[in-house]
Amino acid sequence: MKHSDFEVVVVGGGHAGVDAAHAAARMGVRTVLVTLDASKIGVMSCNPAIGGLGKGHLVREIDALDGVMGRAADRAGIQFRLLNRRKGPAVQGPRTQADRTLYKRAIQDEVLGHPNLSVVDGEVADLLVEGGRVCGIRLGDSSEIRARAVVLTTGTFLGGVIHIGHERRTGGRWGERPSNALAERLRGLGLPMGRLKTGTPPRLDRRSIDWSRLEMQQADAEPTLFSFLHDRPFAPQVACGITHTNEATHDLIRSNLDRSALYGGQIEGVGPRYCPSVEDKVVRFAEKSSHQIFLEPEGLDVNTVYPNGISTSLPEEVQADLVHSIVGLEAATILQPGYAIEYDYVDPRSLNAQLELSALPGLFLAGQINGTTGYEEAAAQGLVAGLNAAALCLGRDPVTFSRSDAYIGVLIDDLTTRGVTEPYRMFTSRAEFRLSLRADNADQRLTGKGVAIGCVGEERRLRFEEKVEQLDIYRSKLMEARFRPTEIVAAGVDVSMKGPARSAWDILSFPDGTLDVVRRLAPDTMDAPAGIMEQLANDATYARYLDRQQKDIEMLRRDELQEIPGSFSFEGLPGLSNELARKLDATRPKNLAQAARIEGMTPAALNLILAKLRQNARRSA
Amino acid sequence: MDTIYALATGQGRAGVAVIRVSGPRVSDVVTRLAGTNPSPRQAVLRRLHSREGELLDEALVLRFVEGASFTGEDVAEFHLHGGTAVVNGVLRELSVFEGCRLAEPGEFTRRALEAGRLDLAQVEGLADLIDAETDVQRRQALQSFDGAAAGRIEGWREALISGLALLEATIDFADEEVPVDVMPDVRLAISGVVGDLRNEIVQTERAERVRDGFEVAILGAPNAGKSTLLNTLAGREAAITSDIAGTTRDVIEVRMDVHGIPVTFLDTAGLRDAEDQIEKAGIARARARAGAADLRIFLLLPGESAAADLCRDGDIVVDAKADLHGSGVSGLTGLGVGELIDAVARELEGRVPTNVRFIRERHRLALMRALEALQDARDLMDADGDQSELIAESVWTGVRALESILGKVDIEAVLDDIFARFCLGK
Repeated sequence: MKHSDFEVVVVGGGHAGVDAAHAAARMGVRTVLVTLDASKIGVMSCNPAIGGLGKGHLVREIDALDGVMGRAADRAGIQFRLLNRRKGPAVQGPRTQADRTLYKRAIQDEVLGHPNLSVVDGEVADLLVEGGRVCGIRLGDSSEIRARAVVLTTGTFLGGVIHIGHERRTGGRWGERPSNALAERLRGLGLPMGRLKTGTPPRLDRRSIDWSRLEMQQADAEPTLFSFLHDRPFAPQVACGITHTNEATHDLIRSNLDRSALYGGQIEGVGPRYCPSVEDKVVRFAEKSSHQIFLEPEGLDVNTVYPNGISTSLPEEVQADLVHSIVGLEAATILQPGYAIEYDYVDPRSLNAQLELSALPGLFLAGQINGTTGYEEAAAQGLVAGLNAAALCLGRDPVTFSRSDAYIGVLIDDLTTRGVTEPYRMFTSRAEFRLSLRADNADQRLTGKGVAIGCVGEERRLRFEEKVEQLDIYRSKLMEARFRPTEIVAAGVDVSMKGPARSAWDILSFPDGTLDVVRRLAPDTMDAPAGIMEQLANDATYARYLDRQQKDIEMLRRDELQEIPGSFSFEGLPGLSNELARKLDATRPKNLAQAARIEGMTPAALNLILAKLRQNARRSA
Repeated sequence: MDTIYALATGQGRAGVAVIRVSGPRVSDVVTRLAGTNPSPRQAVLRRLHSREGELLDEALVLRFVEGASFTGEDVAEFHLHGGTAVVNGVLRELSVFEGCRLAEPGEFTRRALEAGRLDLAQVEGLADLIDAETDVQRRQALQSFDGAAAGRIEGWREALISGLALLEATIDFADEEVPVDVMPDVRLAISGVVGDLRNEIVQTERAERVRDGFEVAILGAPNAGKSTLLNTLAGREAAITSDIAGTTRDVIEVRMDVHGIPVTFLDTAGLRDAEDQIEKAGIARARARAGAADLRIFLLLPGESAAADLCRDGDIVVDAKADLHGSGVSGLTGLGVGELIDAVARELEGRVPTNVRFIRERHRLALMRALEALQDARDLMDADGDQSELIAESVWTGVRALESILGKVDIEAVLDDIFARFCLGK
């Protein structure tokens, strides 16, 4: 049997697969999403939350490019909290608890509702390769789907092994089978691969928890949403409970350590340091007598609760004792045990900035298969892979993001040039241009670009253009309204009396220069539509710092623009040391900026590469 | 586009040192330093002066105009007398110009490439040079520090990473169990480094004494041969000599390099009870300058002793006119001059500050930039409100300024510290 042909095939229905397929479809190419079980599209396999620091930034960027995750998270959000609300806007990250059912429904509406996007149930058994390019997939039933580009988003399903105590079983998620045929196929390609592991806690029955004894954490009174298209939540807001492990819990874990898959030596994969199992916490921080646990409801009308903080691979009966040793959970019922899962990943240094395998054109990888963790990191990569798979089919230029444009750029660049040593998670501290890459200005940074690429719909484009126009008008007003030092001091801002006159915009860049101050000084600048002045105040806050950074950004962009073609040979470049040539050949930097970040790189070597590039360009001209 | 400058020849003492400047501000720079702007491609001799009017060096100045230079931009070259002090003096003067900065390694070549002025073969040739240079720099960065300095650098590195780890932990793990107020600890970590940087910069300023040169006064009775000695040292007729006692009325200065130490020798009026008003004034000036000098050489005629009110520990007392008396020093024949120079060098070497660990111009600029950034960070901590992200930004700026000394501080190093210190992960 042969399916009708598509241009892009996306394998996997998790966060990476959904945003990949949807992005390709938005670009106008016929796309098919192939997954083991279509009813599981949009399942949150780990904690029921989206966003956070760095992660919330990613979701905003996905949304700015009209991606799916932000819109779905808003529809499913049951506890919106803006993290770091008291700190500056650059490091505020939106986050929400999400109702699993609502999230899955929102995702499936997006996927099934897009005219360019089809869904096929099935296990991918093989890749079709012709003339050194991927040209489709073969399913478990031997049917084939031919396409110009294939995006693999296999999550933890690639060679997945689940561990609970000494028990081990193959599986991609609890109760779901892994993709072993595909894992074999990828291993056969000779790609550099490794094993990673991650874990998940036991799920509890909400009705068996004694909530009266717990501290509760409420949602924000004024919720901050993810999507630039939304301004208020869709679902009722709920609270999370907070409890703690205690010495009894820790004793129990210590005396059963040899029964943990983690400590019993069954697991070879490397786990993330920022999401350790409770065994890890007790061993590595032996001096701590208590660890915090958030009890997160998995939805409004389901009874599952996710105890965030006690991921474990102890045997089921020990997990029960562990849970019961904790205040409020004395009589808790476990609905599904916690487990550790090991899976294969492909060294992301074998990908280019479009997330396409250098060794096998037409094949794109996104998500955990590239060594990352987290829904947001997965969706961001899916978006990049989907856009580029579509661009390939359309014969357009690749779609890439700079470290100075977007967290997406930081993510892709870190992965493809540095590789991973543990599951990679985004932090704001990874972004050297953090002050300009804010969650609040993701649309200003990216929506225009998205319109140019062709992945942004009409509704968003019109809204964005209107907003930009308003921002321009009111920014000019703020810059034109000027005040003498006496006026500024009288309004409550500390400036030198001898200083020059300042604009309202300048005043907003002072620590005590708030919108209230400007409202007192220049009430006529303040009649803007909701949100515009707040946005301008955020922009002004960092204006002075951003001016200073501009030179660094320009130098980075200049180097990024200097592309190094895939065919470029570092080996045999006269004057380049063998060691450096080997490193360059292994990393295959796509541009001069990436080459510059390779350890041991010297300015002389960079100049050599640049000279050679210029020479080649002249020859072919 | 910044105007960049750097020493184009090797570091350290050399016959001639070339400083190259490239970029839009070249013509301002040349006019300011050399007084006028010479015609392109014409080597001219010019005296270079600092803003304060101090003579930096007499140098060969060469200009190339945009489109007809190595980098394709306006370029100037200053061919200086090769002493470290002279070179550093000019580099420092350049650093004060708005829009001027020390070039990054390889940056001239990069600009030349961008302008299409070089082909691959030429770059290959230059690559060896730049690699050698950066290699030397790297080795010097490691070797030129003694154990104590290396320990200090390690200390800064640790302190800054730990400060950053605390800051970044409160930013990136806001909803986890990290201490709420880390600012006192961050302040402690940063203040230590700020104090150290200030200290190092003060030491560097003390070392300016070395850069400006020591003053050595030659003293003695009239007609003891002081001016003759000075002329021999200078290798030219710097002072008028005659058999008439009291010929030298004013103080005559000759700058020279004594075993790598810049020294200004002062020839002074002979000390005697003079009647002549002009000679009297000359003697008073001689005594004042001699008293302020770093070292004095007393040339004694038979039976004389050094003027007790001027002679201090370490001063050199030597017999004059060795050509007549058989011992001591003679400017006329050169007898004993070598030994005298050795003695001066030995004495002054002992006075070169040894605790100056960062004498390279690149390091001094890095210390200054870092200090400024870390002070910004402390000011932000003093201000109201939580400005963690701006404090972190300032500390990172300081770290980046110091990276030429500390080595690269990667975000992974900071994350390592965070995860080692705090149990994170909900």
